[in-house]
Amino acid sequence: MENFIEILITGLRSGSIYALIALGYTMVYGIAKMINFAHGDIIMIGAYALYVFIELLHMPVVPAVICTIAVCAVLGICIEKVAYKPLRKATPLAVLITAIGVSYFLQSAVLLIFGGTPISFASIIDSKALSLKIGSITLSGITIVTLAVTTISMIALTLFIQKTKTGRAMRAVSEDKGAAELMGINVNRTISITFAIGSALAAIAGILYICQFQSLKPTLGALPGIKAFVAAVLGGIGSIPGAMLGGILLGVIESVSKNVSGELADAIVFGVLVVVLLVKPSGLLGKNKTEKV
Amino acid sequence: MTKNRKNDKIKIVYSILAIVVIYILLKIAIDGGILNRQYRSLIVPIGINIILAVSLNLTTGFLGELALGHAGFMAIGAYVGALITLNMNASVYVELPLALLAGGLSAALAGLIIGIPVLRLRGDYLAIVTLAFNQIIISIINSMKVTNGAQGLSKIETYTNYKHFTSAFILVVITIIVIRNFVHSKHGRAVCAVRDNMIAAEASGLQVSRYKILAFAIAAFFAGVAGVIYAHNVSIIKPTNFEYTKSIEILVMVVLGGMGSIKGSIIAAAALTVLPEFLRGADDFRMLLYATVLIVMMLFNQSGVRDRLLGKRKLLSNSKNVKGE
Repeated sequence: MENFIEILITGLRSGSIYALIALGYTMVYGIAKMINFAHGDIIMIGAYALYVFIELLHMPVVPAVICTIAVCAVLGICIEKVAYKPLRKATPLAVLITAIGVSYFLQSAVLLIFGGTPISFASIIDSKALSLKIGSITLSGITIVTLAVTTISMIALTLFIQKTKTGRAMRAVSEDKGAAELMGINVNRTISITFAIGSALAAIAGILYICQFQSLKPTLGALPGIKAFVAAVLGGIGSIPGAMLGGILLGVIESVSKNVSGELADAIVFGVLVVVLLVKPSGLLGKNKTEKV
Repeated sequence: MTKNRKNDKIKIVYSILAIVVIYILLKIAIDGGILNRQYRSLIVPIGINIILAVSLNLTTGFLGELALGHAGFMAIGAYVGALITLNMNASVYVELPLALLAGGLSAALAGLIIGIPVLRLRGDYLAIVTLAFNQIIISIINSMKVTNGAQGLSKIETYTNYKHFTSAFILVVITIIVIRNFVHSKHGRAVCAVRDNMIAAEASGLQVSRYKILAFAIAAFFAGVAGVIYAHNVSIIKPTNFEYTKSIEILVMVVLGGMGSIKGSIIAAAALTVLPEFLRGADDFRMLLYATVLIVMMLFNQSGVRDRLLGKRKLLSNSKNVKGE
């Protein structure tokens, strides 16, 4: 039983990171109707940026984290302006290939600067000092921080989208771009903001991810990126609660199946996706309750 | 009618001539030592990528479904083919055709099994589910004993490396001819009709799902064949060779070559296989350049520059016509 709870908590921890990344996918998909394949590499850039700020520039933790988030947000906007904006009227496939190109570009640029050998990077979260013991179950500091940060981010995002004017604009653009423009919404600016927020969330995910795995390499973003994308589709792409649910569900399923059979874990995770999509072709929370952004 | 037939005949003769000339040129280039080792070893990979790109074009270009799992079928073909030649002690002439056929058929079977549920989905959902199946196949191969898990299979006889490139060449030609003829056949037209307007196709009495699965299975068959050639070219295969990144690589070839253009797929497959080697001089900048070329090409394709170039010509000819009248 305790073992099972521990597996569940591990799943919750990785699941909440997936959820953060999936939010970026789903927001961009909702508003720009494109699969941003380079999203996973923003996570990687975030992790490297944190490494640069802390290890090379010797900044204190809090400003370093803020700078990392800012770097990723700006990078997200730049990518959108340079690579995706000219393709807004192109076929989805052309945009997808361009996104793949951007993904290759980011990976090879980092490879060029930092080299291919993994860099070890100690966690910025003091895991021992923050750990919590409930009965016989220990919650490590990283788990607590991860869960706290993701919960806060998700609540903040939901409030932002529901309550602020910009959030309303985002919802309007995802609903109908043309009509939104007629209502005086600056569509280009709204799309830029969406990319900035999505990339900022990816940066947070990257920071949490690197605290857990403590090793940097140029391809570190690919696997969580693709898993998070699966999570976004699982929850219904375009739906924000769907991304959160899908991410956490995926994390838990992965953690449980890893415990059942290490090698088949991926097969089980993707198998669940296939089954869900066959039963509900638009994902768990997709379409019916459209809360697209 | 007769004129058309005559034209077709001339076309066929030209095609045969072109194939023979290309073959002789390759033969001279390889045997005469014109190509250095680095480029010689690219001949078969180019052929493999042409088969993969042309067959994926059937699903993506002609059927119009975005599939990201082509490398999975390739993996099935490679493993089945390799296991056959590893465990049989017959001569090449028995082993290799058997391996090719079995590899292709098992991939086609997998395509059939996967296609029936998957092709109910559309667009991006279909893309992600085919990608998922790609990873499921890799994961299963990884956990099986016969396939030797993550270490993969090694010491596969190099039946199709550059020394025996004739067999690979013949297979490439067969693939192109079969797919070209399929597309131009009654069934091929049905597949294109499904792409252009599914509802209209259904209303005209086409069995949409049957044609979708047919195209999907044919594409999977040739991916399997390409896998067998791949296995007998590199002699070591691992599950990681067939990750979804390989599928994406093939998709990039199809898109750059032009959706629904077999000629384009062939050129793009050859160019994108050679390009990284070509850029080897740039060493570390190789991948960066490749990525930049990819992005710039996509942007150029969509930007007004190309349209303006083509459009201006059109305008000029139009105005000439007006003047002439």
